[in-house]
Amino acid sequence: MNGVVGFMYPNEYALQWSILIVLYPFITGLVAGAFILASLERVFRVEAVKPTYRLALLTALAFLLDAPLPLQLHLGHPERSPEMYFTPHATSAMAMFGYVYLWYLMAVLVFEIWLDYRREIVILSQQSKGLLRVIYKIMTLGSSNISERALHIDDKVGWIVTLIGIPSAFMLHGYVGFIFGSIKANPWWSSPLMPVVFIFSAMVSGVAAVMLIYMATTKLRKLAIDMRCVDTIAMYMFYIFIIDFSLEMLDLIHRIYEADESFRSLDFMVHTKLFFSQIVLQIILGTLVPLTLLFITQVWKNNLTATVRKRIYVICGSLIMISVFAMRWNVVIGGQLFSKSFLGYTTYKMELVTREGLLAAVGLCVLPLLFLWVLVKLLPPWPEKGLHQAAAGD
Amino acid sequence: MNISRRHMLILLPAAAVAWKYVEAGEPEASPNYQMSEHWWGMLINIPKCIGCGNCVRACQTENDVPDGNFRTWVERYHVTDTEMTTPEVISPDGGKEGFPVAQEDAGKYFFVPKMCNHCADSPCTQVCPVGATFVSPDGVVLIDQTYCLGCGYCVQACPYGCRYLHPTKHVADKCTLCYHRITKGLTTACCEACPTGARQLADLKNPNDPIHEFLKTHPVEVLKPQMATGAKAYYYGLDGSVR
Repeated sequence: MNGVVGFMYPNEYALQWSILIVLYPFITGLVAGAFILASLERVFRVEAVKPTYRLALLTALAFLLDAPLPLQLHLGHPERSPEMYFTPHATSAMAMFGYVYLWYLMAVLVFEIWLDYRREIVILSQQSKGLLRVIYKIMTLGSSNISERALHIDDKVGWIVTLIGIPSAFMLHGYVGFIFGSIKANPWWSSPLMPVVFIFSAMVSGVAAVMLIYMATTKLRKLAIDMRCVDTIAMYMFYIFIIDFSLEMLDLIHRIYEADESFRSLDFMVHTKLFFSQIVLQIILGTLVPLTLLFITQVWKNNLTATVRKRIYVICGSLIMISVFAMRWNVVIGGQLFSKSFLGYTTYKMELVTREGLLAAVGLCVLPLLFLWVLVKLLPPWPEKGLHQAAAGD
Repeated sequence: MNISRRHMLILLPAAAVAWKYVEAGEPEASPNYQMSEHWWGMLINIPKCIGCGNCVRACQTENDVPDGNFRTWVERYHVTDTEMTTPEVISPDGGKEGFPVAQEDAGKYFFVPKMCNHCADSPCTQVCPVGATFVSPDGVVLIDQTYCLGCGYCVQACPYGCRYLHPTKHVADKCTLCYHRITKGLTTACCEACPTGARQLADLKNPNDPIHEFLKTHPVEVLKPQMATGAKAYYYGLDGSVR
């Protein structure tokens, strides 16, 4: 059999989960990470990251809207997916997806964004014209009270929602890790550390994504990047990344030291089929390089000019995104490349223009940026200036 | 009890949802067959298997199994005294057309028929998000293919590689223990086609089934016992090198 080395069970030759299932944890991770960044300002009062607060919320929403699409595209019968709501199977981790997703979308993100933007939505529903006016009218949900007292209540409720949102974000992504970590048939996945590793890698990728989007949009708007803000984000990114890397290394060292029956098989894979994606991309280029660079910015911050620091942050943010994507790839694809007999290996042949091909995956990566563009147009995350532009129909 | 129109509007959709839940995970009824009176398994006698592939062909014909996928297959192990943990295993086209002549005379050769183990605590059933995969009251792991989403989670969860996604139906597929036959008092297609009796359908609830005597008097093992799946494919003569 082409691409197969050694012995695979005959039903194992083809991979069941494709690049779309790699995208799914990557995208939900960005959602969770972006939300955690937003909560830094809201709940933990880290004032320095305020310029990214609304952008982080909108980024989280844009990616959350995109998150179920790779799953839908992957399903053999996408039209039956509502059954997960109607007849969920209580023992299935995957069955909880629909509920966790809906809870996070409606009860946390949309609600928090609505509360935070309510004043602007009401003003825009009065100032804008045409179709925009109708859209904003609908978005007010019939509530046009923007008195001092009403806004104060919004603020209090918003704080509580963010507080609930933090464990919810952990749940959203921790559960994704649990989907893999709870499969005892697959030693590459089966680990109680999996949900924790997923959460921390999600946080670091989401924070990196918002930082990059903030820097890019500020540059596009021809404004100065708030260095206090990006320095603070980089600091959090550095510390979260250390925890994430430590956990992943703990898992790796544990596997090497324990060397159970699957070890020889997994070790072979890391040295061959996953060498580039795991050792080169994920660990060296995507983790050690950004960690070293971020370490330099933390220790010698005052010796580096703002321009140098900005460049370092852009490089680190991009490498972190590549690293976390590679980690998802190594988990999802890597976990299917070896036989459960531990006697052979197969190859993932990515298709190009099919439902689960590369083109669809690229489309699903671009789509949240389009969602974000629409959201930013509709609900400008930058203060008052944006409000007037939007009201003028910009 | 007075039920207002408003109550009806709430109750009817709730009842419809509940009915779907009741319907999901029910095997097809068969006249004169009481599910509660049976608990099915399979006895596989490795020394008796000659690797002819009759079982694989019979299964594919009986169940219209697509080419390239297998509800049952046969593996040939070649184990030497120095390579006990890394045996040489082959299963060309699932062993459907038999096996090439063994080239080496060093070490031992034996055939291992594989199929769904119809686990009592099956991991595939546990993970199915909609309950389309279920264990029937008579101990057979089945799939309601009109309900399956085709997510592939059960394929990942099966430690034995017994499941696959059907290439045209786009749903999970696997051995049904020829449920359409055994509920009519017949044996499975693979058991019927086996010329040496290496496979025997076993009803663990039937006190007269010879399985009981066999289990009491022979060393028998299941595949990957560390998985604790409650597998009901019992192997006699299973070598420690078999995965």
